[in-house]
Amino acid sequence: MKPPVFDYLTPSSLTEAAQVINETPGAMIIAGGQSLIPALNFKLAWPSALIDIRNIPDLDTIQINDNEIIVGAGVRHCDVEKDQRIGKRHPIMHKAMAYVAHSPIRNRGTVVGSICHADAAAEMPLILVLTDGYVTATSVDGSRTIAARDFFKFHMTTSRHDNEIIQTAHFPIPNSTGGYSFQEFARRSGDYAIAAIACLMTLDKSGKIEEIKIAGCGISQRPIRLSNVEQLVIGTTLTENDVSQAIEALAESVTSPDDIHATNKYRKYLAGKLLSKSLIEAKERAQGGNHHENG
Amino acid sequence: MKTVKKLAPSKSVDPTRIISLTVNGETVEREVSVRMLLSDFIRHELGLTGTHVGCEHGICGACTIMMNGESSRSCTILAVQSDGMDLRTIESVAEKDGSLHPIQQAFQDNHALQCGYCTPGMIMNIMSEFESNSKIDTSEESIRELLSGNLCRCTGYANIVEAVRDAAERMGKN
Repeated sequence: MKPPVFDYLTPSSLTEAAQVINETPGAMIIAGGQSLIPALNFKLAWPSALIDIRNIPDLDTIQINDNEIIVGAGVRHCDVEKDQRIGKRHPIMHKAMAYVAHSPIRNRGTVVGSICHADAAAEMPLILVLTDGYVTATSVDGSRTIAARDFFKFHMTTSRHDNEIIQTAHFPIPNSTGGYSFQEFARRSGDYAIAAIACLMTLDKSGKIEEIKIAGCGISQRPIRLSNVEQLVIGTTLTENDVSQAIEALAESVTSPDDIHATNKYRKYLAGKLLSKSLIEAKERAQGGNHHENG
Repeated sequence: MKTVKKLAPSKSVDPTRIISLTVNGETVEREVSVRMLLSDFIRHELGLTGTHVGCEHGICGACTIMMNGESSRSCTILAVQSDGMDLRTIESVAEKDGSLHPIQQAFQDNHALQCGYCTPGMIMNIMSEFESNSKIDTSEESIRELLSGNLCRCTGYANIVEAVRDAAERMGKN
């Protein structure tokens, strides 16, 4: 298994990179390459050229403001994992990061790369969808932002245009008074999820769910928000009956076909269990007010 | 009249790049095909065959090396991506006189290898973890998590877990 023949280009600015990708049909961007190189080795990807963005300055920075965490295209998973500000301000992102592959892969792979690869079972796309995040795309035609809900189209398919470079991913910071939970099951630690459910929740003074966001990956053709489940549990105190109804409503969103990892029936069962655990844990955290504690 | 079949243009001439990097403390400069995997560069160009190649798609961990002190899978990195970096392979681990590193010694003493194919990747992964942390969580769960990216098909891992714990003790990391 060896990569096919391709050209290798190393632009030194974003403007140059945008020009190069515009002028090179069939070119692909490489950052860490942890998804792309396995695909090259299998010859599943056959690019005319790889455009390596390693020499472009300022792409490897994580910016944090009051509302969001902005991750540049050169930021590796390990950079996010080790950034204590993210552990404090965005604990579910920090928690989910521990499930991304193994440390040798996190040491090279990038968050934006994983988002652009858009595996339907990957964690960072899930967190972007959960938090209503977005990406910025740059091309010779200018820049635009693309909301996560519009970006992920299908397994390994996004709405990025062929001549666009995804420059940053923006993860909105959740309400600090709320609770969170990230639940994933994989056959082996570090593998892609068979299913994962992520939940953010705030409670009102009477203990009812005031705001809730739930998203899942591995259960559909792309990471999805589970709006029907959200609507069902909002305003409730999460009785056993509420949780059962939520699980029932979730099943219709579990559309992944049978594959070598799991049947659709098993994924429905598994996603239900993960949803139940996720709702309960998020509620406990919201009640305990320990959102800032590192999970 | 004899017709001459027109041949398609050859794509066998790969684009190349000159890369310069440090491998086990020595500066190396080579012209490489841009599609050459770092694992192949290390084994075929530099002759350092201690880095093993198992799955060649980032699953088994046999090819794990250290890049700028961080564990990395050399089969899912192109040689050109390592330009300017500081690489360490299993060949750098033991002393020049052949005396083993405490992690290697712990593997030997605890019978933590059978065929040994996965061992270099294991050692490099563990070493990166040890070097970047002053203390290691030596609980079974934590060690198994550390090892989860390295597949071993002989041992069943029990003795490898023991070896990691033993190495942590020897190195004062527990």
